[in-house]
Amino acid sequence: MFIINSPLEEILEINHHIYLLKVFSPELTSIIKPGQFLNIRVSERAFPLLRRPFSVCDVDGDHLYLMFNIMGEGTNMLAHKPIGSTLDILGPLGNGFILDGNYETAVIVAGGLGAAPFPYVTRMLNGKKNILSFIGGRTKDDVITYNLKNVKEASDDGSLGFKGNVVQLLENNLELLKSNKIKIFSCGPTVMLRALKEFCLKHDFECEVSTECAMACGFGICQGCPIESTTQTDKYLLVCKDGPVFNIKDVVI
Amino acid sequence: MSKVDLSVKIGSLTLRNPIMLASGTVGYGNEMAEFTDLNKLGGIVTKSLSLKPRKGNPPQRIVETPAGMLNAIGLANVGVEVFLKEKIPFLKQFDVPLICNIAASTIEEYVECTKILTVEETIKAFEINVSCPNVREGGLSFGNDLKSVATITDKVRAVTNKPLIMKLSPNVSYISEFAKTAKENGADAVSAINTLVGAAFNIFTRKPKIQNVTGGLSGPAIKPVAIAKVLEISRQVDIPIIGIGGIMDWRDVIEFMIAGSSAVQIGTLNFIDPSAPGKIVQQLEEHCIKNGIANISSLIASYQL
Repeated sequence: MFIINSPLEEILEINHHIYLLKVFSPELTSIIKPGQFLNIRVSERAFPLLRRPFSVCDVDGDHLYLMFNIMGEGTNMLAHKPIGSTLDILGPLGNGFILDGNYETAVIVAGGLGAAPFPYVTRMLNGKKNILSFIGGRTKDDVITYNLKNVKEASDDGSLGFKGNVVQLLENNLELLKSNKIKIFSCGPTVMLRALKEFCLKHDFECEVSTECAMACGFGICQGCPIESTTQTDKYLLVCKDGPVFNIKDVVI
Repeated sequence: MSKVDLSVKIGSLTLRNPIMLASGTVGYGNEMAEFTDLNKLGGIVTKSLSLKPRKGNPPQRIVETPAGMLNAIGLANVGVEVFLKEKIPFLKQFDVPLICNIAASTIEEYVECTKILTVEETIKAFEINVSCPNVREGGLSFGNDLKSVATITDKVRAVTNKPLIMKLSPNVSYISEFAKTAKENGADAVSAINTLVGAAFNIFTRKPKIQNVTGGLSGPAIKPVAIAKVLEISRQVDIPIIGIGGIMDWRDVIEFMIAGSSAVQIGTLNFIDPSAPGKIVQQLEEHCIKNGIANISSLIASYQL
């Protein structure tokens, strides 16, 4: 991990209020793995003070892509950063997804902005594994399918695809999932992950999940991002250093 | 050879420069070492240690506030035993004064921790945390009680010959009274300030943004408070002060020294730019050269009121 100033080349709005930054950073693209994240300083000033963590969305040659929505002042400033300015990036941080393994089909399960890490996962698995993507959101505007493959959509209000949540959609496709050896890769809101964990335990599916927590540093010194372990009850794991990707069995969600 | 003497003294402890890393913002050194050459710093202060490991508070532990952040980590730490066995070997390889911060729930625990740690020669001094706002027992209930601070200072003093620094709380009416008590009971220096008690609510859920309800406020938002507290101690009590609170650059360091600090600790900035402490040392030297300051210690308490 290191700090680097990399030029911002493009800002795309891919969905309603969902932004994609294109950054030129061969130093990072040569080493970053799917599921790892970067901590970005949006301002030189004292407000916003802390860096903002973003998982790497995609890597294409020397370019990396970051996906986010405007949540507050920090992300608002980021969405309006001048093209050609540099981004102060600290990373790569955390542990990514384990893509190798004895499975045939990668099943991507994401809710809302939880889709962010999966274009890169899809790119790395392309040609090596089958890929199925189950993508959910509250409305059609929140269902993000950018650069994903073989997508089945779900929306809470039924404005796109299956009406209901993405775990219900998985249940509906149980036969398909059970017809070959799968591994699930997931990211999304806590309620979704909680339901997914139950689903995976019930059907004995292997699943890695990318978790989220408010944090200050992103590399272990602030101790701000604890997550409860299912095996070690005397101490917390840290989302930033021990995660953000965990086997879904290893953490309390 | 450096044209400027950046060294400062904290009691019998000489630091090569006034830049220390604050407890709880440097872990046990290994992560920071990837960004900053620890050997270039004046000193590093460990995460608060307690006798037994502490799990700390449940999430959410951190939230950003205007020009600052609230934290309620709850003194999560590995405990003295694991610290000595697993953390000291890494820290031993550096030529930088290691100061152990101790936080405890009882007076006996402070004494016991110090007794165990003082035999480790890598540890050059102790900083006693009597001011953590985020734990139910100990912490602030000691830190805003003069008698408790007196007793803890006295009892810890009795079990170590190493420099003893009391880390004081700003959540009191007159911090100088606590500095005076620390000095009278044998402390060599005081650190000022620990975090200020703060809170923040989500206006839609009406719930506190951090699980512990209140947390400790740090960052540039607290710098003027810290400067005022350092100045108050400096004017009332003859004791070395380690200034802490929202330092973001070398100018802030100079300001803290002018207000009465012999050294400073960098905290929240480490989360944002862990390479900053090393750069600040260099910038301090440049400032001194440009302004004809031969000894940086000449800045200490040089305020013109």
